[in-house]
Amino acid sequence: MKKTIITVVALSIIGFANAQTPEQRGLEIAKAAEKADLGFNSSSVQLKMTLKNKNGQTSERSLTTRTLELTEDGDKSLIVFNSPKDVKGTSTLTFTHKVGSDDQWLYLPSIKRVKRISSNNKSGPFVGSEFAYEDLSSQEVEKYSYKFLEEKNGLLIVEQDPVDPKSGYTRRVVSYNKNKGYRIEKVEFYDRKNALLKTLTYSDYKLYKNKFWRAGVFNMVNHQSNKETRLEFNDYNFDVNLTDDDFSQVALKRAGN
Amino acid sequence: MNAIKKVRDKSNRFAKQWAEFVIKRKWYVLIASLILAMGLGSQGNMEFDGDYHVFFSKSNPELEAFDALQEKYTKDDNVILVLSPSNKNVFTRDNLSAIESLTAEAWNTPYSSRVDALTNFQYTSAQGDDLYVDDLSYESELKSESEIQQIKQRALKEPLLVNRILNENGSVTAINITVRLPGEDSAKEIPEVTAFVREMIANFKEKHPNFEVHSSGLVPLNTAFFEASMRDLMLTMIMLIIVIITTFILTRNIYSTIATLVVVMFSIMSAVGFVGLMGIKLTPPSSVFPTMILTLAVADSIHILITMLQKMRKDGLSKIDALTESMRLNFMPVFITSLTTVIGFLTMNFGDVPPFWDLGNITAFGMTMAFLFSTTALPALMAILPVKSKVKQKEESKLIKANWYTTLGEFVVKQPRRLTIISLVIIGGLTYLATKNSFNDEFINYFDESVEFRTDTDYISDNLTGIYNIEYSIGSGESGGINNPEYLKNLNAFENWLEEQPEVVHVNAFSEVARRVNRSMHGDNEQFYRVPDNREEAAQYLLLYELSLPFGLDLNNQINVDKSETRVTVTIENVTSADMIVFAKKGEDWLKNNTPEPMHAIGVSPTLMFSKLGFRQADSMFKGNIIALILISLVLMFALRNFKLGLLSIIPNVTPVLVGFGIWALYKGQINTGMVIVFGMTLGIIVDDTVHFMSKFLRARRELGYDAKQAVIYAFETVGKALVTTTLVLLAGFAILSTSSFALNSYMARITVIIIVSALVIDFILLPSLLILTSKKNTSIKANN
Repeated sequence: MKKTIITVVALSIIGFANAQTPEQRGLEIAKAAEKADLGFNSSSVQLKMTLKNKNGQTSERSLTTRTLELTEDGDKSLIVFNSPKDVKGTSTLTFTHKVGSDDQWLYLPSIKRVKRISSNNKSGPFVGSEFAYEDLSSQEVEKYSYKFLEEKNGLLIVEQDPVDPKSGYTRRVVSYNKNKGYRIEKVEFYDRKNALLKTLTYSDYKLYKNKFWRAGVFNMVNHQSNKETRLEFNDYNFDVNLTDDDFSQVALKRAGN
Repeated sequence: MNAIKKVRDKSNRFAKQWAEFVIKRKWYVLIASLILAMGLGSQGNMEFDGDYHVFFSKSNPELEAFDALQEKYTKDDNVILVLSPSNKNVFTRDNLSAIESLTAEAWNTPYSSRVDALTNFQYTSAQGDDLYVDDLSYESELKSESEIQQIKQRALKEPLLVNRILNENGSVTAINITVRLPGEDSAKEIPEVTAFVREMIANFKEKHPNFEVHSSGLVPLNTAFFEASMRDLMLTMIMLIIVIITTFILTRNIYSTIATLVVVMFSIMSAVGFVGLMGIKLTPPSSVFPTMILTLAVADSIHILITMLQKMRKDGLSKIDALTESMRLNFMPVFITSLTTVIGFLTMNFGDVPPFWDLGNITAFGMTMAFLFSTTALPALMAILPVKSKVKQKEESKLIKANWYTTLGEFVVKQPRRLTIISLVIIGGLTYLATKNSFNDEFINYFDESVEFRTDTDYISDNLTGIYNIEYSIGSGESGGINNPEYLKNLNAFENWLEEQPEVVHVNAFSEVARRVNRSMHGDNEQFYRVPDNREEAAQYLLLYELSLPFGLDLNNQINVDKSETRVTVTIENVTSADMIVFAKKGEDWLKNNTPEPMHAIGVSPTLMFSKLGFRQADSMFKGNIIALILISLVLMFALRNFKLGLLSIIPNVTPVLVGFGIWALYKGQINTGMVIVFGMTLGIIVDDTVHFMSKFLRARRELGYDAKQAVIYAFETVGKALVTTTLVLLAGFAILSTSSFALNSYMARITVIIIVSALVIDFILLPSLLILTSKKNTSIKANN
């Protein structure tokens, strides 16, 4: 009996001394990534979204995204559609929350009205693309539970399980680049039956203000439907100095016109 | 005619030398045969392919059109589970909770991409000024009585649900699971889905015994194809027993029976090896190949064995002499009949349905090997086995039998003209009837009522919705054009027109989504249940709606990436293939007459592909049949060494098929794809009767100097019995196949039975009559010589 106790104590001491649990390590990495990106305040960027089906038929949309950094709660963002023509000026405003569902509004210029979007459905595709709304929204640490899997060529592989039961995924497997400010290189998405659904690859990274890594291209491939969506970003502008007023419903209407 | 005599002597000499060689080297020959059969057999690999796509060749235009549509939207194979609660009301707290939990479980189906059910239906409504999209019934166990009543009212008014997911009085509902099979190995993927779904249903029934569950859809169809293949492969065992019994009765000799068994087993082993070497995956039509080979191969052995035993019993020859003599007499006839059978089966390659290519090629290979083994392993084995004979025992019964055939011969000889006329009138009448058959490839009716897929599908058709559908991909001609009000109005008009058609059960069109969202954007005002009349509005409503949909329930299965085309799915009652084709055409014509050109579309769907399969197969087989007829007639001319009789043989060879389809018109009146191949196939088989009868007739004329009438009687006496026995063996084989639960096989076997019987009757009545009538002008062939 005595021996067992000693062994257990000894083992736990070794355990604590050498490594955290995979869960702790995972959370630590996510927090480090968040910290690395802290302090950008606000940004604005133009992007082109290209949808491609199995046969290579494509369809394009062009968008402008503005983001406001918040520390006490999730970031705020505003997306404006510049094309196709019949949705030009349509814009969405999102308040991400660290806990609970995000708030989201859509401005429809054709009827000059702002409509709230059902908050419990955010796992559907974003404008017919392979991105779900939840893939594009601000990645708050609190939205997942974490498990560190392995380290491979300087990449830290972490499994993230969404907290929200309405999420379309059972888990995501994220590769963080330890040497490049914990920027994300790749995310694999597993659907509700835990089969690999999509892979998102980030490329053409650029370092802004000597601190913030931003990818020039997001490429999402759906392995089940063989469809693809590519986001191509122009240069980020970190000097827009946006404020809370630029992320209100009034601003939403204004942005669309 | 010296040249011909030389050829005959040569072939006789060859056959004799062959026989002597085989008998002398019996052990080597036997071991070589064994090694060949085992060697081929070891390459054997029986894999099944149940995917319904196997019925369509790569170049099939209906398949191409359907694949193109699926690639534009989503590839949808499905399982539909139909739930019938015993209280005949879906809308109770317990029932809704049960449906909700089964829906959640259904998401775990392998390869599933979407699950549509009553509870997760995305109900759209206005809440204040906002668009609200949510599950029709979420967390159903917490709902109050009034909330459940509200859900019921909403559901029964929802055009997207009624007659698709829910019946009109709310007593039966469905869960539709869409799966996206990678299509890399259907033999693995389909059973994986099926096993999961079956277990899910079993668990559900255990937890909720008040529910009846029926399942159908494309995946269960594929499974039914799989299972039909395996069941029909099992028929081989029954046929094997029949072969043993028949051989024993006909030869009354245990060693002959063993030798026959060895030959047919070797032939089948070789054919199985062929399947493996060629990488053929078995499908219901091709899985009957062992039974086919058994049926056809046994005749070769029986001919050789009966002659040998006769020579021993009647003429008192020694075993070796009798064997050599039998080989000499039978080598050419067995060669010729095998050749015609092989030609007949190879013509299946002219068709447009790949499983029948496989059936034709495997059987043709098996028959070639059967010929080889019948002329090597069989005599070698008979030379080894201690066969004894009881001389002249059955003389009396033989005489009686001979008398029966003689009587028939005399009967025919007395009135050839009258019999010819009567036969031709009957054949003419039945030929006319044969044209009254119509094609019907309703794939559900491929399975008889002993198959669960069939009964479940019938239940679903009777109680909830249709299983057959047609899809149109309707273009707008411009990127984003589906939001053009003109397009939406035309689409809506098409939807309305379809709804009015009597055979239509349900229509799923994008115009319904546009109407529904427009209504909700106007505070659920029924007056706005119409398509928006402004393009920007339509586009922005759609954007809002799409942003509101959850995982897996998006519009990608209905709208293409460019938002320039939408998919219209029409569910149809069970109608015949011909009506299905007419309906699809009617829809195409309506679009042509009422909409601008970009909106013109052709109807496509698996149902339609099967509907057109029979016609396509018939068209493509036509050429093959003509070639088979020419080739086989040429073989006959060569075998009989007589041009005129070769030409005459076309009549008894072609008429049985006409008679067969004439009788079929009276029996069923509907023919399927499987029956299209019977012309070439039966031609190769029934031609044997003609060959035997005509060659004996000719021998009597040429060698014995008989006149036509005497020659006919001689032919009856010498081959009458042989023809009857081989016909009986063939009938046994095809009768067994006709018990198949799979109509492509059972109908094919049934009409073959009719054709084989007709062939025998025609060869006994019409053929001799014609032989006498055509011989009258030149009284004796010998005189001509």
